[in-house]
Parts: sequence; structure tokens; C-alpha cells
Amino acid sequence: MAQIELEGIERIFTLGDSKVHALRALSLNIEAGEYVAVMGPSGSGKSTLLNLLGLLDRPDAGHYRLEGRDVTTLSSDEQAAVRRTRIGFVFQSFHLVPRLTAAENIALPLMLAGMSAEERKQRVGRALHDFGLDSRANHRPDELSGGQRQRVAIARATIMQPAMLLADEPTGNLDRQTGQEVTSLLEALNATGTTLIVVTHDPNMGGRAHRQLFMEDGALKQDLRAPSPRIR
Amino acid sequence: MTPADTFRFATRAALGYPLRTGLMVLAMAIGVAAVVMLTALGDGARRYVVGEFASLGANLIIVLPGRNETGGVNAGSFITSTPRDLTVGDAAALLRAPMVRRVAPLSVGNSEISFGGKLRELMVLGTTADFLELRNYRMAQGQFLPREDFGRASAVAVIGQKIRDELFGAEAAVGRMIRVGDARLRVIGVLDSAGQGLGMNTDELVVVPVATAQNMFNTNTLFRIMVEARSREALAPAQRQLEEILQMRREGELDVTLITQDAVLGTFDRILGALTLAVAGIAAISLAVAGILVMNVMLVAVTQRTGEIGLLKALGASGHDIRAAFLTEAALLSLAGAAVGYGLGQLGAWAIRLAYPVLPAWPPDWAVIAALATALGTGILFGALPARRAARLDPVQALAKR
Repeated sequence: MAQIELEGIERIFTLGDSKVHALRALSLNIEAGEYVAVMGPSGSGKSTLLNLLGLLDRPDAGHYRLEGRDVTTLSSDEQAAVRRTRIGFVFQSFHLVPRLTAAENIALPLMLAGMSAEERKQRVGRALHDFGLDSRANHRPDELSGGQRQRVAIARATIMQPAMLLADEPTGNLDRQTGQEVTSLLEALNATGTTLIVVTHDPNMGGRAHRQLFMEDGALKQDLRAPSPRIR
Repeated sequence: MTPADTFRFATRAALGYPLRTGLMVLAMAIGVAAVVMLTALGDGARRYVVGEFASLGANLIIVLPGRNETGGVNAGSFITSTPRDLTVGDAAALLRAPMVRRVAPLSVGNSEISFGGKLRELMVLGTTADFLELRNYRMAQGQFLPREDFGRASAVAVIGQKIRDELFGAEAAVGRMIRVGDARLRVIGVLDSAGQGLGMNTDELVVVPVATAQNMFNTNTLFRIMVEARSREALAPAQRQLEEILQMRREGELDVTLITQDAVLGTFDRILGALTLAVAGIAAISLAVAGILVMNVMLVAVTQRTGEIGLLKALGASGHDIRAAFLTEAALLSLAGAAVGYGLGQLGAWAIRLAYPVLPAWPPDWAVIAALATALGTGILFGALPARRAARLDPVQALAKR
């Protein structure tokens, strides 16, 4: 059983009276611990696929089984619980809450999970240390550099130790050097067993993934695996 | 999300936008302050008037010459035309009613008082010995009018504190002769200060026997007769007995008006109570406006923080979590507004009391509780719609908007 099983997924957006097939007849399996890059031109359905995988969106047809459980039929609160515990998001524009400090931003998922302040503080402290943000704990996002912001975002995405990490253009707003650092950080997390799915325009970054999915017009065009797929 | 975390998160959110929060708190505060202050004013006026009448003394019935058609109390009750005068004989007859304890005929006029070359204008009150206890006055020095026949014009006078100070200064007043109008009178006592009641200030008053006053003003009519019933329960039967006696003395026609203090008090209490309520209602409109403002501001907040809501959803916040956070924020803003408004209102009421010391402008408890509850209620009520909207935001679209 693969970690992610998509089967005949359809997603149709209605814009005015025209219908747009964002995803059509998509079937896909992703194993636990894989490193997957989703690539393709704008409007090819990459982001829609990522939102679907992250349970932010529902397919109009088809089934999505996450760890063997059909999650398309769950209520929105049950889906929220799955997102909370199993899925981490990293966004292109970081999506940090501007009025909260780095530490508080990282603590958000723990707070939503109802963890006690005491335990939260410990976990956040460890995460800040792991991501080299010790000295930045009490800084607000506008006092952090782009790289630091994305590191805070990644720390927040991984604090609940999710089974998979979904990244939408994680280096899109960063310069080359910082982008490299963030990429290695994500890869390091992947190396510890977290499934990593990255949507990217950047062929360099895509090329580093062990598996590349090329999309076009909402359909999967190519499914390439690197010579030595690292599947566990 | 634990309630404590929801509370902390909402507090941080409210404090994160100080201008917006400040304006909203101000709007709510003005509403609450308006309710507190206006009800304080209304209730103060009510208490002032009620206090005025209560200072008349308990179990009082006032007999006025002239028939009042409606029987209630209105401005005309005090200035009716006089078809048949009230006389000292009427007053003496009223004493025969079994339910009556004291009777004091009143004859009032303005005159001049002089002593040792000093002269001043003042109010002269002609009455009898019972008047002192009937009005619960006390003597500072000497004694009150002697108990004697109502028709006897003794040449004695009781003066108020201020008159005493002005005429005699540090000298003893009791026993001295003064001139009031054309009469030479001996001062036999000084009234203790008792403040004001029904336009009569005891400090600036000269009290003389009723017959003396009538001689002075060359009249044989009375301004009114004050009657004290034996008890509060005796008021109604006493009133009936008085009516019977007066009717008999007037060939079967009852052309006098009887006012009980209860009726006066009740009427004013009702009128001014209704006024306070009306004023509170008007002030409550500003609370409703503040409530709509809360809704508007919270809707703007939802729009402003769409990205944040999307993020929270992506991080696994349930609709309930988000609804609770926004509702808590609205409640907090209202609560802060209500607290500030309560303070402002009390401050305003205090200022009113300072400016008009006679007006006991304390906001009634019910108004304060109602204002605070309404503020909180409207905040939560009008916060519900924005909170629901926030909870229902589509996370994908919310995240895309940044």
C-alpha cells in the first residue's frame, strides 16, 4: 500500500459559464519517504494537485487514499485533523502571521492541536535550535530575512512531525544562495523519512528530486524516476 | 485549541491593530457611557423630585381650596382659583376626624422684617404649634409657637437660622422684639436648618401664629391646610373623613382638593421613571450603532486577515477554532468598550453631581447592568456573522489572497 493513492481524480472549476478541467483522470501513487517534484507550465494543475494532496481542496470525482484511508469523504473538521497531524505546508510567500514572533509562528500548529504551553515551549525551543533560529525566536517576521522566514515556515510545517511535507515554490521568493540552503534543508528532512512533494518552476530544483512529475492541461504527462530511486 | 489559547490568540489579534481596536472600543464606550450618564441624569431628577416630596413628612394630606376636575396632581393643583376659601374654622374642624393626628393651617405672604435698623424682605408663614412636628423640623434655640386657639393672634415669632444670623449676628435672638410688617413680635425660637422643601427655605422664614399672619395680610383665608394621618394605612380613611367634614361645612359641595403625598410621589415617580427609561432607550440606539460597527470592523478584519485564516486552516484549524477566535475577539473588543464606557459614564455622572450638587445623579444599577450586558450581547451577536464568514472561507482561495 502506497502512502498516497490517487485514483481517477477530476477537478473542474467553473469560471462564468465555461468549465476548466484543472485535473483530469489523474491516478498516482506516492510511497512514504519519496522526494517528488511536480513541474509543468502555469495553469497545468500543479497547485491544484498540491492543494488536493493537502486536503485543502476536494476532487469532483475519484478517490484519494492517504495511508490507506479514503480522505475525500471526511468532514471538513476531520480533514482539518488530518492536516494538523499528517501534513505540513511550505508556501512560496512563507505565510507567517505578521504580529506573532518566530517562536509563536512555529508554535501555531501545536496550539491548534491543544498542546499545553509548557510542552509547546520545549518543542518550539528544540525546533528553533535545529533550524538555527535560536537568536531570532522573539523577532517578528518583518525583522527576519527571506531565508530566515522560510526556515521559520519550515520549522512550523515540521513541528508536528507530519508524514508528508508539501512545498509550493518554496524557493520562489528567495535569492539563489538562500534558495539552495532551503532546498538542502527540505532534502535533509526528506532524508529522515518525511515524504517531500515540491511544486516548482525551477528545473534545477526539480532535477534534484528522485521522481519528477510533468503536468500539462491537468493531466500527468510524464512520470520520471531518477536512476536510483530512494524508496523505502 | 484550548480556550486559554483562543483567548490569548484573540487578544494578540485585537492588539495587533491598535487604531482599529481603539476606534471600536471608543464607539462602544460612547454608547455605554451615554446609557450610564443619561440614566444617571434621569434617575437623579426622579430621586430629586421624590426627595423633595418625601421631605414634606410622612402620612401627609394637603388640603387646597378649589376643586380639581381630574383629581390627580398637575400644575393647576397648586394655583387653583378659589370658589370658596379655606378658613381657620375649617382647619379646626378637621381636627375632629378620628384618623387625623395633627392639623396645621397655612397662611403665607411676603413681608419685611426689621431689627435694629436692619431691614429685609422675607416669607412669613402663619401656622400653628403642630406644624413643627408635622414637618419634622427641629428647634435650634427656644421653642416653637405655643399651643393655643387657632384664632388667637399672639405677638410671637420663630425665625430661621439665616434670618437670625443676619439680624442678630452673635447676639442672642430669643426674647428680642422684631418688627414684621406693622406688627411688633417677640422672637421665641430659632428653627434648625432643614434644607428646602416645596419652595420654602426654613432658613429664610419667619413663622408666626396663623391669626397673626392673617391680621398682618388683612385676610381670613388660608393658603392650604396640612393634615397628618395617624399612620400610613390611615391615609385613605382619613382622606374620606376630611372630605365628609369639609363637604358638611360647605353645604354639600366639595370645592377643595385633597392631595396625599403618596399620590404626588407616585405620579412623579412614574413620570420620571418613564422618562429615565425613554432616555435609556435613546442611548441604547448608540449601543446598537456600536454593535453594527463591531460587525463592520470584524468583517473588515476577516477580509484583512484572509491569508491568515487560510494559513490557520492549512495548519489544521477547524472551523470551530476560527469561529471561536473571531467571536472571542469581538467579545473582547465589546468588553473593553463596555468597561471604558462604564468608567466614562461614571465620570460623567460624577461631573454632573459636581456641577449640580442638588441632583443625586447616580446611574441606577439596572441601567449599568443592562448597558454592559447589551454591549457584550451586541458585540457577540454582531461578531457572529463575521466569525462564521471567516470559518467558512475556502482555504485555497484564502491562501492565494496575499
